[in-house]
Amino acid sequence: MAEITKEEVKRIADLARIGITDEETDMFQQHLQAFSDFANQLDELDTTEVEPTSYVLDMKNVLRKDEPAQWTTQQEVLENAPDQQDGHFRVPSILE
Amino acid sequence: MSFLNKSIKDLQEQVHTGASTVEQTVQASYERIREVDEQLQAFLTIDEEQAKNKARELDQAADKNGKLFGVPYGIKDNIVTKDVRTTCGSQFLKNFNNPLYDATVIQKLSEAQAVSIGKLNMDEFAMGSSNENSSFSPVRNPWNTDHVPGGSSGGSAAAVAAGEVAFSLGSDTGGSIRQPAAFCGVVGMKPTYGRVSRFGLVAFASSMDQIGPITRTVEDNARVLEVIAGQDHHDASSAPVEVPAYTAALQGDVKGLKIAVPKEFLGEGVHPEVKASVQKALEVYESLGATWEEVSMPHAGYAIPAYYIISSGEASANLGRFDGVRYGERSKQAKNMIDMYFMSRSEGFGEEAKRRIMLGTYVLSGKNHEEYFVKAQKVRTLIKQDFDQLLEKYDVIIGPTTPTAAFKLGEKVNDPLTMYAADMLTIPVNLAGNPAISIPCGFSEQGLPIGLQVIGKHFDEETVYQTAYAYEQATDHHKKHPQLGGVGE
Repeated sequence: MAEITKEEVKRIADLARIGITDEETDMFQQHLQAFSDFANQLDELDTTEVEPTSYVLDMKNVLRKDEPAQWTTQQEVLENAPDQQDGHFRVPSILE
Repeated sequence: MSFLNKSIKDLQEQVHTGASTVEQTVQASYERIREVDEQLQAFLTIDEEQAKNKARELDQAADKNGKLFGVPYGIKDNIVTKDVRTTCGSQFLKNFNNPLYDATVIQKLSEAQAVSIGKLNMDEFAMGSSNENSSFSPVRNPWNTDHVPGGSSGGSAAAVAAGEVAFSLGSDTGGSIRQPAAFCGVVGMKPTYGRVSRFGLVAFASSMDQIGPITRTVEDNARVLEVIAGQDHHDASSAPVEVPAYTAALQGDVKGLKIAVPKEFLGEGVHPEVKASVQKALEVYESLGATWEEVSMPHAGYAIPAYYIISSGEASANLGRFDGVRYGERSKQAKNMIDMYFMSRSEGFGEEAKRRIMLGTYVLSGKNHEEYFVKAQKVRTLIKQDFDQLLEKYDVIIGPTTPTAAFKLGEKVNDPLTMYAADMLTIPVNLAGNPAISIPCGFSEQGLPIGLQVIGKHFDEETVYQTAYAYEQATDHHKKHPQLGGVGE
């Protein structure tokens, strides 16, 4: 049974790019631990011979013709951005 | 004019015979919204001017033969609508006012000449079973406003039950159409995975998400699905399977129909009054010439953990796109780019969305991928086999949609695992991909609706509709409406 530490919760939040407070760290630690314990019931099932299902339909490599078409304009796309400049998305500095 | 006792067909006839115009029909929808929506909070965005212009245009149109000509409907707010705000119930998208395109289902409804009334409230990013996770406002159940309408398509179900619109679109990843339909006493269909294009549906768990109609009657439901179903080259997972005329299948004859009733669907955790309603429904089916047998679905009990591992894993990847760069909110505090990601996501997502992203990231990271995620996918195979085996022998599987009638606001909100259990009867179906409908089958002691779930074979929505229709025609639960704003019963 996996024990989920505070450090583990912080590591997960880091991977998920979500800033969490100490309070949230405690809460998610509890919730993740409870879920992990709950999910352990799956170990009751022997699945060594079972293939995993990632998609329920038996479809593979769905292809269509690659035909260029006007979909939307650069300006339309940029209108939804929090910040833009000279036809680009603008973000805060990457390097200090 | 009240919609409550009118089918889609009735509304269309009123216009075609000249008893009403599309403009008047649309007007009636907005009047009802003004009357009851302050209480219900079903709508997040209303675009009255655009809808009225559209209505006037339809009244003048030379061609009035659209399959849903002049019918007012509402859209769950995770379905993208060109230039109409699409929020997914999240603060992250509260100002996402200019989506670039219409989802395929919206395009199809527009071609069928239906009229969009507005966007409907939901649990944030479709994660929830009570609508309390909406970051704008919880939705109330029209039958009793102390109770939840279910989720995540709570606004979609409440709006139809209260007669604000003739039909609505919801989305169902683990029960999000069927569970609120059951709680609100309306008809909700989750079609076979791949039946309806997901293009323009903001992705939660891509291997299970499916759009479907919520209506007051089975016939209305079939009418809407007929329009929105079908393969779409914008969605590679939509299936190349022909769409039958679902309304033509509605004959009301279920003689010889073979029904399987899994004992696990009537077991621990299912309220006695729900069991009693389902028992009575089975008697109705017997009287109509169908037969039923108790069967076993041995892996159904493992569906909840398998579902939350798979859906959260997929969600953690899908919600990665909300980064504060291309659309949505960006934190004002961020001084550099890494901070922008962390702070925008921390401020933009609500608690449940964060919990699912955390859980999903956890089950996908390192050796957990094999231990949790792949394990859950293997259990998914076993659950799918349970369904396949039963449906080789039986035409449909029947049981309750939910273990209880609608619970009270605040009752489960602090205990995620208890909340997750509210979907124990709908989740297995999403894992297996089958079509399933919820229809009203009675009321609890408190007067809240109870839902009956009918599950069919892949791409056999026809038999599901047929089975649901026969029961509906033999009973009158669907004729009862909530008392709200002075209209009802």
